[in-house]
Amino acid sequence: MTRPTLGKQQIIAFMDECLEVEFSFVKNEIPAESVSCLPRQQQDFILNLVKRVADTNIELAYQFACGAVYALESMDQRMVEEWAMTAADYYDRKGLFPAMSVIRDLDNFINTAHERAHGSVLEDEIGVLLPFVRGLSGRKLKLEAAEDIYTDTETIFLPPVMALFSDEKQNFLLYKAMVAHHWAQIQFGTFRANLTQLAEDQLVKFCSLETIRLDACIQRDLPGLHRQMRSLQSHFDDPLNSDRYEELAGTLSATEATVQTTIDLLDRVPYEQCPGTFIYQGSIKPQAVAATMAKRVFREKALFRVALSEMGEELTAANEDSGHVERKPAKFKIRDRTDQDSIGNATIQLEFEGSLVAPPQHVKELISSIIVDFGDIPPEYLVAAGPGEYDMTVSDRTMSPNDVWKGTYHEEGAQLYNEWNYKRQHYHKNWCVLREMEVEPVYDSFVDDTLAKYSRLLKSLRNTFEYMRGEDKLLKKQPHGDDIDIDALVETYADVKSGMEMSNRVFTKMHKEERNVAVIFMVDMSGSTKGWINKAERESLVLLAEVLEILQDRYAIYGFSGMTRKRCELFKIKAFDDPYDAEIKARISNIQPQDYTRMGVFIRHVIRHFSEVEASTKLLITLSDGKPDDYDTYRGEYGVEDTRQALFEARRDGIHSFCITIDEEARDYLPHMYGAANYTVIDNVTALPVKVSDIYRRLTT
Amino acid sequence: MKSKALKPEEHFITEEPYYQPIGDEIRVFESAYKQQLPVLLKGPTGCGKTRFMEHMAWRLKRPLITVSCHDDLTASDLVGRFLITSGETTWIDGPLASAVRHGAICYLDEIVEARKDTTVVIHPLADDRRILPMEKVGELLEATPEFCLAISYNPGYQSVMKDLKQSTRQRFVALEFDYPGANLEAEIVMKEAAIDAATATQLVKFAHMTRDLKGSGLDEGASTRLLVHAAKLMHDDISPVVACQTAIAQAITDDHDMLVAMNELSSSLF
Ligand SMILES: Nc1ncnc2c1ncn2[C@@H]1O[C@H](COP(=O)(O)OP(=O)(O)OP(=O)(O)O)[C@@H](O)[C@H]1O
Ligand SMILES: [Mg+2]
Repeated sequence: MTRPTLGKQQIIAFMDECLEVEFSFVKNEIPAESVSCLPRQQQDFILNLVKRVADTNIELAYQFACGAVYALESMDQRMVEEWAMTAADYYDRKGLFPAMSVIRDLDNFINTAHERAHGSVLEDEIGVLLPFVRGLSGRKLKLEAAEDIYTDTETIFLPPVMALFSDEKQNFLLYKAMVAHHWAQIQFGTFRANLTQLAEDQLVKFCSLETIRLDACIQRDLPGLHRQMRSLQSHFDDPLNSDRYEELAGTLSATEATVQTTIDLLDRVPYEQCPGTFIYQGSIKPQAVAATMAKRVFREKALFRVALSEMGEELTAANEDSGHVERKPAKFKIRDRTDQDSIGNATIQLEFEGSLVAPPQHVKELISSIIVDFGDIPPEYLVAAGPGEYDMTVSDRTMSPNDVWKGTYHEEGAQLYNEWNYKRQHYHKNWCVLREMEVEPVYDSFVDDTLAKYSRLLKSLRNTFEYMRGEDKLLKKQPHGDDIDIDALVETYADVKSGMEMSNRVFTKMHKEERNVAVIFMVDMSGSTKGWINKAERESLVLLAEVLEILQDRYAIYGFSGMTRKRCELFKIKAFDDPYDAEIKARISNIQPQDYTRMGVFIRHVIRHFSEVEASTKLLITLSDGKPDDYDTYRGEYGVEDTRQALFEARRDGIHSFCITIDEEARDYLPHMYGAANYTVIDNVTALPVKVSDIYRRLTT
Repeated sequence: MKSKALKPEEHFITEEPYYQPIGDEIRVFESAYKQQLPVLLKGPTGCGKTRFMEHMAWRLKRPLITVSCHDDLTASDLVGRFLITSGETTWIDGPLASAVRHGAICYLDEIVEARKDTTVVIHPLADDRRILPMEKVGELLEATPEFCLAISYNPGYQSVMKDLKQSTRQRFVALEFDYPGANLEAEIVMKEAAIDAATATQLVKFAHMTRDLKGSGLDEGASTRLLVHAAKLMHDDISPVVACQTAIAQAITDDHDMLVAMNELSSSLF
């Protein structure tokens, strides 16, 4: 049975609702007019997309509605959907303006449709390319889409779509080759020379010549990759078809060749005799490199020297008895690398007062990043930072407790918590004012939409968790039961024979294993989560709630945010005793980004909540997008150290803490705060909802 | 039916098991053994803990009795139980009791997997009393100086349900194991799988790549054990990329993107 076509008024009514016309004042007559002429199937198709885009942004949805009919005339439905979703995606990542231009520039979209069909899309390949480049040694690099292909030494920029070859596999390989080539620039020291001085034409020559050198490096370390790169290049002119190729390659491919070798050649090789362009070589932007490097070098030097001074303090503290020790700057040395590692990895060995020390993981990563820049650790780095040399916190001037307390101290409903000042190694008493707030429920379709969006995943999640819960355990030696425990019976029989008392515990019984878990989820509601992260957090909570209901673990959900120590706000979404009902769902739906993240106080508060429940396993899971960070002095080291202290307090109370974070830089500080095994970094926001329940499963089996 | 009692004398290791020392673990273990202190081996899976125990048993010329712990392991499984043979009851020592009686080395592998109430029976053995109470037979077994208790534990394991209790761990001298440095690891792979140095080096590089990915998509990197597996396949003419994929990548993860990425990494190396 075919359903009747929708009339113009019906369409207007539908659009009015999803485009929230009372607030947005868009004129739906125009798009409705054109849509009303379509057959019902196409009407449904368009209206459905309008609604989906409207979930992202109303204005965008309106523009889409206006252009949709024309789009359907020129593309099939699959492409139209992609067009709409590309726009929504741009909105999420780049904002309204770029998203609008996707919708307006339909012709461009159609023209590049062919490329997208056969080409390789960075977006789709990044799931593979990112672990690929992180697996190559050295600094942990990022990948990003851009018009030009280059690297600034921290990020490799790649074209959003690769369509040079007609074959998808080849296009992917070209991505891989580009990633590898730019990784090689960083890893094999292209930027250890100052390239900002090179004139334009010199730079072009440099680019090609340096590529020969890097190719040789890749050939030595990654021969398979080198073969792939050669074979890609073989479809094009061979840049090596130069008379002087033999000579150039000989010089540049030598093991001892460095970037200086390339630079020395610049004046000796005229432009015409230079090799041509390799398809993966991209360009070099000396200015971008210099800017990024300057910032990093300063930051890493500071971090490294501060890390040394910390390590020094710890080591001296461990070596000497307590009591007053005369403070002298810690002396570190690099041990001569006699046993050269065959991997060529950054195997620097640090020496402190004559004996080897093993730096913590984040310092190791720092070391390998520094070595990538300099080929070694420069001597001035080895001087541990003196007290106060780098002020990682803001001054303590505002911290006189008495005057700041005025007005808030006795406020009703607030609870006060201490905060740890690591510089002074003591607690500020009653420093933070925390209030529990409620999240207003908003009854919309968010939860249902999420359940629909992840319906397939949910099915498999349900199965796994059902299995976890239903893990039947065969209890042995029971006084009553369904079956006889042969082992126990034999044992009892033997006991009786040897003159002992007969036991009645000779049955087996199937029993669902008692899970006695109480878990609190703390969700980061800081302003920085706005957009994707917030949505991913809410989706994660919806999926989690589903599985926790299956497991019947007790759980509570809180959101946290605030601004300064006087206004720390914990938003109650679900307390332990609240049933997971429509109201809770409506609250999850309304979790909104607020201000900052002052972590410690919330952990201390949650410890109080935990003390009110009986459970053999208490678990605190934090979902966050970054470092603890507040408006005032709660920055950098200070925030990290207070959070770490609060986590210690939690552990003392038998609470296990685990952190799931989306922060790229998290690897620097998370191990320090949570311990090596107690955190996970998720690179891709969209993966969050999928990962969170998986992590929970792993944590509790 | 013959009784299945464990015969410690059959557990002597006569041929030297190949073990490549990483640090001073051999000396520390020998010293702990001499001082009659129990030992805890910490470390990720497949880094040579079991091999180390075999090597030490050989070195100290004591039988090695290994028990792999699981969540159904009861105290009587360790201590012993009565059995009936032709109407008579006979007491059969469990592996732990047997090891104590014969002055063997008893190695409880993956101790956290055992039930909490089982873990407690080792407590009196693991402090300076060095006794094993056997309630059933009313006997207090006293350990001779030759007896040694060792347990293993993988701290990287994230489950909060499986944490070693402080009261247990604080009885042991703890030796931390980790994957060996690149050169040593290559040597182990060469010796274990009889492959050439160049291939071994590339394999170890691959292992490092996967270990770098720990935390960004992988829960664990490739262990030395997996490298040895891959090397053995390669020794039997399986192509390196296939060997890496089947023996290493697939063993670490099911995630599709990660599998593809690891395939790209190994095909880059070989
Ligand atoms: N130091 C080493 N010397 C020799 N072989 C080693 C060494 N380390 C690892 N191996 C190799 O790795 C394999 C796995 O080691 P082993 O079985 O001892 O791991 P494990 O630490 O006991 O792991 P699990 O915790 O999973 O039981 C060994 O069979 C051996 O081939
Ligand atoms: Mg083992």
